Amino acid sequence: MYDFTYHRPSSIEEAAKLLAGAEDGKLLAGGHTLLPTLKQRLAQPSDVVDLAGIAELKGISEAGGALLVGAMTTHGEVHRSELVRAKIPALAHMASDIGDSQVRHRGTLGGSIANADPAADYPAAVVGLCATVRTDRREIAGQDFFTGLFETALDEQELVVSVSFPVPEKAGYAKFANPASRYPIVGVMVARTGEGVRVAVTGAGPSVYRWSEAEQALTANWSAEALKDLTASPEGLNSDIHASAEYRAHLVAVMAKRALASAG
Amino acid sequence: MVTVSMTVNGKQVSKEVEGRTLLVQFLRDQLGLTGTHVGCDTSQCGACVVHIDGTSVKSCTVLAAQADGAEVMTIEGLAQTGQLHPMQEAFREHHGLQCGFCTPGMVMSAVDLLKENPDPSDREIREWLQGNICRCTGYHNIVKAIQAAAQSMRG
Amino acid sequence: MADTAVGSRLERREDRRFLTGKGRYTDDINRHGQAHAYFLRSPVAHARIGALDTAEAERAPGVIAVFTGKDMEADGVGSLPCGWVVTDRHGAPHKAPPHFPLARDRVRYVGDHVAVVIAETLGQAKDAADLIRVDYEELPAVIDLLSAASGELLHEAAPGNLCYDWELGDKAATEAGFAKAAHVTKLDLVNNRLIPNAMEPRAAIGEWDSGTEEYTLYSTSQNPHLLRLILCAFVLNLPESKVRVIAPDVGGGFGSKIFAYAEETVCTWASKKIDGRPVKWTADRGEAFLSDAHGRDHVTHCELALDADGHFLGLKVDTTANMGAYLSSFSTSVPTYLYATLLAGQYQTPAIYANVKAVFTNTAPVDAYRGAGRPEATYVIERLVEIAARETGRDPAELRRLNFIRPDQFPYQTPVALQYDIGDYEPSLDKALEMIDYQGFGARKAASEAKGKLRGIGLSAYIEACGIAPSAVVGSLGAGVGLWESATVRFNATGTVSVMTGAHSHGQGHETTFAQVVAEKLGIPYDNVEIVHGDTGRISMGMGTYGSRSLAVGGSAIVKACDKIIAKGRKIAAHLMEASEGDVEFKDGKFTVAGTDKSKAMAEIAFTAYVPHNYPEGVEPGLDETAFYDPLNFTYPAGVHIAEVEIDPDTGITTIADWVAVDDFGNIINPMIVEGQVHGGIAQGVGQALLEHTVYDRESGQLLTGSYMDYAMPRADNFPAFRVETTVSACTHNPLGVKGCGEAGAIAAPAALMNAITDALGVEIDMPATPEKVWRAAQARLRVAAE
Repeated sequence: MYDFTYHRPSSIEEAAKLLAGAEDGKLLAGGHTLLPTLKQRLAQPSDVVDLAGIAELKGISEAGGALLVGAMTTHGEVHRSELVRAKIPALAHMASDIGDSQVRHRGTLGGSIANADPAADYPAAVVGLCATVRTDRREIAGQDFFTGLFETALDEQELVVSVSFPVPEKAGYAKFANPASRYPIVGVMVARTGEGVRVAVTGAGPSVYRWSEAEQALTANWSAEALKDLTASPEGLNSDIHASAEYRAHLVAVMAKRALASAG
Repeated sequence: MVTVSMTVNGKQVSKEVEGRTLLVQFLRDQLGLTGTHVGCDTSQCGACVVHIDGTSVKSCTVLAAQADGAEVMTIEGLAQTGQLHPMQEAFREHHGLQCGFCTPGMVMSAVDLLKENPDPSDREIREWLQGNICRCTGYHNIVKAIQAAAQSMRG
Repeated sequence: MADTAVGSRLERREDRRFLTGKGRYTDDINRHGQAHAYFLRSPVAHARIGALDTAEAERAPGVIAVFTGKDMEADGVGSLPCGWVVTDRHGAPHKAPPHFPLARDRVRYVGDHVAVVIAETLGQAKDAADLIRVDYEELPAVIDLLSAASGELLHEAAPGNLCYDWELGDKAATEAGFAKAAHVTKLDLVNNRLIPNAMEPRAAIGEWDSGTEEYTLYSTSQNPHLLRLILCAFVLNLPESKVRVIAPDVGGGFGSKIFAYAEETVCTWASKKIDGRPVKWTADRGEAFLSDAHGRDHVTHCELALDADGHFLGLKVDTTANMGAYLSSFSTSVPTYLYATLLAGQYQTPAIYANVKAVFTNTAPVDAYRGAGRPEATYVIERLVEIAARETGRDPAELRRLNFIRPDQFPYQTPVALQYDIGDYEPSLDKALEMIDYQGFGARKAASEAKGKLRGIGLSAYIEACGIAPSAVVGSLGAGVGLWESATVRFNATGTVSVMTGAHSHGQGHETTFAQVVAEKLGIPYDNVEIVHGDTGRISMGMGTYGSRSLAVGGSAIVKACDKIIAKGRKIAAHLMEASEGDVEFKDGKFTVAGTDKSKAMAEIAFTAYVPHNYPEGVEPGLDETAFYDPLNFTYPAGVHIAEVEIDPDTGITTIADWVAVDDFGNIINPMIVEGQVHGGIAQGVGQALLEHTVYDRESGQLLTGSYMDYAMPRADNFPAFRVETTVSACTHNPLGVKGCGEAGAIAAPAALMNAITDALGVEIDMPATPEKVWRAAQARLRVAAE
């Protein structure tokens, strides 16, 4: 790791100021992507701004038929939250299986989505549950947040404050984990939301995407029958030593069925 | 450089470190607490697990500065006044370790599991240990040891 | 008080330090004034080194020195040797190209050592390494071992990239067997390349003392004496008397820490170059993936001939084995003498012929990894037997039973050089079948199918040659060393005993097991026995721990040294009791004059030996005996493992539903430790069959599975609880009757698991049975079923 100057601000404004003043500043949330990256000397920030001291970035609350989850809320906190378990059990379930126990104690929602790893779980929740991402300067529809491989709609120094997840009528998440990394090779969130049916797929492609054929089928008929003979196209999907595009496409269909079954 | 102060195994420590210093480096190199090990570069093996404020974390993926003000416990702090913790006892009784390298992280992880779930099933133990790799034991006796510790700690 | 007797499940005495963070591994050691080494490694698989400019790096902050292969060459540093000469089919020795610790003119694999930077801190060394300018004139990479012969030449000394073309067995007799066959089963298989991944990465601290002109090397070694021998005699040309190698607690090895590597060589050499400052290096996991010796990596065609009754008539095996870019310390012996000699398995196969070609490729060196050759042999035999049973409509268990060597046939001379001293295979088979409820499998399969799952069961009846090895035998086969073991048993005047052994635990619990043996043998309290290992400065000689040899060979040396202690003690006791030596018996720690109640305790004799006021004439004071034990034969542990799996055809995920193992390790000193060894071995075997796969890009030669993100390590949730039992036929030729247990699981498991998976699928697939491979096979099967 190259050396850097470490900061721990106590407010969003202070964080923004530090970032603006840095030659090449990076935000540190849970650190479970940034620190391994720095250890491999793949980045050389001048300043690292730790968000752990900012109280307003933490916590889970309910407002207006939605759950508001602070960006610095850990996967473990989401998983253990009685509120999340009661209102969006699929989200609690997803959080319970991200990384491992120690990763869940540190890794955060904001860090995960800002990094936009194609093999992260949370993007499927942000898109599949029609969430809204709140930043220090605006709101971004979940649908528009992820723009590509490790790319988001966030501006250079924009900071995720929280994510608002409208409580869906039904939702389920199923994933097929990479046997080595345990990241999803394919993860599918299936939900019936106020904005319609959503089938969001992570891991399979360069970025999270909606499987529209499945959405249409489930809109017409919310039942296992609707997905029974539906196949996903391998076109544009990732292919690597762990899974070919064809296999990923197959898993998209299987995981969609399993997510639907868990959604009820 | 940044000054970090924390409580480690009940003792207050304060040191100047580089911003990039990882907690595991701080523990091993600055405090000489070499019971916490480093077995990988990708936050997966769990040889470095310690507790921060009572919760298990991978100390290879936490900056020392991030632990400023925290209470840190390492494997060296688990046995109280020479008396092994029930988890340590159980690992010994059930041969839950061979080469011993993954053991400190494994034990610290297992202690945290029982805080969250005092009566886990074998399956729950195995799933909890996803972040702790052992190459020697095939995990069989580790699971057995954790079950035994859970039973003894439930009383 | 705990029962410490031989045969009791005694808790390990080493555990307290490991459990309290007080283990002392090499990286835990910091020497005063130490500097840190960082190796600049080749980013390309194959290239000539053009310009190599270190000037800027040498000026970087904190840098003490930068060395390259030219510096070592100028200093007369030699090549890392391969210690086993394999003689090929035509009577010529294997091709032995040089393997310099730092590359001199060419790099041959990604991770090859180009230069070392030594600096005040590791961070500074890494920073400076970025400043070294190297022109790599790239050459085509040779990755695929089957086409290696026609690839770019790696070494001038090895035309066609061939290290050797070797054979074993009677080809004509084997062909004659095939000519009579009613059925021939043929199989093409790949034994996948593995990366050992001991959890403790390799590390070294080299230190030169300008006052005494002595070197000390702290190293993560399984065999410190052997490492010293290699460094002194072959590489650095130093007197052995001036080099001390200390291997403190070692965090797993599985073979990968047997070998002499570039890094420890460089650290030792470099310390003198920088005026005696200690030079420390610790691998990070990425370096371990790139530069630890890998394991396995065979491509094999094999055929088994059977008569109409199912008796085996002959076995033909044609294997190409990957040596990697250079020959690691014992690499040549693994696919030859540790592989083809085991191809008889547990069976009375009358004729066997094996041909093995070893090739060089632009990949990391390949050498012994847990089982070393024997897992590969077992995989060949046990896959063939299973498929033969399927093809001929026989029960796989019964086909094995039909061909087992019978108890009355021992000692049994196999057609592939080995003579098995003893074995009894049916009891293990019967016990394993009973434990898994073999008869009930049909019902369990039906239950799985009712849930839309596939279910399979698979056996593996393995044998291994352990207790490596009779020196004369291995010498005649080309080994450069003797494979005896030494032990010193030293009574201290106050009655405690120090045992110095050349075996070196890296997780096996020698401090406990060996002490159990000594306490029982000498009739003294277990707590009075201390085991000392891992330090050439404290132990006279040794050959280390590998090949499941520690108890069978090292333990036997300890017993021999105890016998010498008792013999001398008897002289002293006879004198003290005024009896004739012939009348003095030794039992339970006491010397007794036969037929009387006169006795002297061992501790009293020891005290007398050091305070010899009343002492027999002509007997030296002191009670300190050394013995060397050279085994008379290999030992032959054998057993049966049965795996049962359930496969989800929708995802291709294989779940291990059950695992039973019945092993015959001969006599057992500590069953708890033995069971632990079996569990760990099974887990590594399952890892090979289900998860672990080393992938080099076929074009670029980059290692694609270079971290735990891509190399699937077995985790706790990959396994069920294992059910492990033993049977006993005691080894006939060592004093403990023990055979060795460290590798059995890794040898047995891959075949058992692949037999179960292919039973469920009805289609052959190679290891590892990744979900995608299994899914494709399951889909093919379902399509066939539907048609």
